[in-house]
Amino acid sequence: MSEFALSQTQETFVMNLGPQHPATHGVLRVKLTMDGEYVVRAEPVLGYIHRMHEKMGENRTWAKFLPNTGRMDYLHALAYNHGHVMAVERAAGIEVPERAEYLRVITTELNRISSHLLWFGAFVLDLGGFTPLLYAFDDREQILDLLEGVTGSRLTYCYYRFGGVYNDVEDDFLVGTKAFISRLRSRLPMYHGLVTKNIILIKRLKDIGPIPPDMVTRYGATGPVARGSGFNFDLRKNEPYSVYPEFDFDIPVYTECDSMARYMVRMDEMEQSMRIIEQAIDKLPEGPVKAKKVPKTLKPPAGDYYCAVEAARGSFGVRIVSDGTNTPYRLKLRSPTYSNLSLFEEASEGMLLADALALMGSLDLVIPEIDR
Amino acid sequence: MSGYFTELFTGTKSLAIGLGITIKAFFQPVVTLQYPYETLEMKPRFRGHIQLTQDEETGESKCIVCGMCQKACPTGCITVAGKKPEGSKKKALTRYILNFTTCSLCGQCVESCKPNAIEFSKDYNLASFDKNDFIFDLLKRLKEKS
Repeated sequence: MSEFALSQTQETFVMNLGPQHPATHGVLRVKLTMDGEYVVRAEPVLGYIHRMHEKMGENRTWAKFLPNTGRMDYLHALAYNHGHVMAVERAAGIEVPERAEYLRVITTELNRISSHLLWFGAFVLDLGGFTPLLYAFDDREQILDLLEGVTGSRLTYCYYRFGGVYNDVEDDFLVGTKAFISRLRSRLPMYHGLVTKNIILIKRLKDIGPIPPDMVTRYGATGPVARGSGFNFDLRKNEPYSVYPEFDFDIPVYTECDSMARYMVRMDEMEQSMRIIEQAIDKLPEGPVKAKKVPKTLKPPAGDYYCAVEAARGSFGVRIVSDGTNTPYRLKLRSPTYSNLSLFEEASEGMLLADALALMGSLDLVIPEIDR
Repeated sequence: MSGYFTELFTGTKSLAIGLGITIKAFFQPVVTLQYPYETLEMKPRFRGHIQLTQDEETGESKCIVCGMCQKACPTGCITVAGKKPEGSKKKALTRYILNFTTCSLCGQCVESCKPNAIEFSKDYNLASFDKNDFIFDLLKRLKEKS
């Protein structure tokens, strides 16, 4: 921060970023107290898209909440779907067939790539580069087509069921996924040539928006934000769920703590997701995709259950308190971006406005998930 | 000072590489679709709004008015009614209303339907200025179809 911004005698002014602003990717409002071009205080104002998802879960049956899970983080809907069905399966003691678990991993990882591709495009768009967005959408479109063929919808998937998945995949999905992976493998170097090595991007991201490790722990940030600050923390490795332990993949970790590190984590994660999908397709076992003994009206025994999955933005946790009836007594959803956004106020202090937006873009915010 | 010139050189080179990629893309085939002049075929599993299926023998609906779809719907957008015709043991469908304004296209009704009386339609051009256009009378639609 310049001396000018630090001096208390200067007048400051308040500026609203959002709730209708393209760089906030939704209805997030940030109340900025500015000193010229420098941010003195950035206060996120939430609640513009609060839809009471937790309350909705508490007054309908377990199965009726399934479509809601795809409407929180609309970019990585399947991970949310996964978290919820896993929590309920744990509560009700339902065994999931192996083929269904593999299909869950394949589709979730495909969805993760599509989420990161959209973030990549939108992030560079925030920084003022329009072209990469169109390239990323071209690839993302392929994933949406693949997932549409299996799940029936393009964005708000509702594919997982308690004890399995909605329906089995056909061979053309597996062939198409393999073709897509070889396509994306050949396109990633192009992305790096076009964006990552670009001098303008490097100048705008390197050493910009530092998030020191202690800030990460204080605010409970997870996902690429934590991994960009040197934390080797990924629930797929640290608290393995589903069939993830059977795959060989790495967790990209960068210790620079700046926006560039978070950018690189996500770019590397796409490669790792592709590795997981390839292995999963090769190992995909035959068999049923839905458990046989799933009661029509679920009544999990009374108790307290928690289950967390690694979504594209960090760990998403579902806590269920059951009282033995056909509706949950309490449903608590822990969304990653809420914690990731919380650190923005402290991290952006004294930054230039343009740099603060670069920092905000590198957090990968999805507003419906913050508000729920 | 030498760092300045090295950066100047590598920076300019990186911009030239980026331009090269976009120029290459300029001569590649177009990936966009000229909607509404061109449209895509919907996938077989596409989840549109629901419609009643037709019994091939009788031409009537296969619905047995069990009400499972109504019960499975998270938003309660389905209303089913039926009565027993004289001399028949089974109920026959008299009314099937889908309030599409609250439907979230989750497909739980289709999953819950044992006699396969409902299926997903392939309609997706559903914009309208009138709210009443989204109150679908599915039985009427089925009769119009046959």
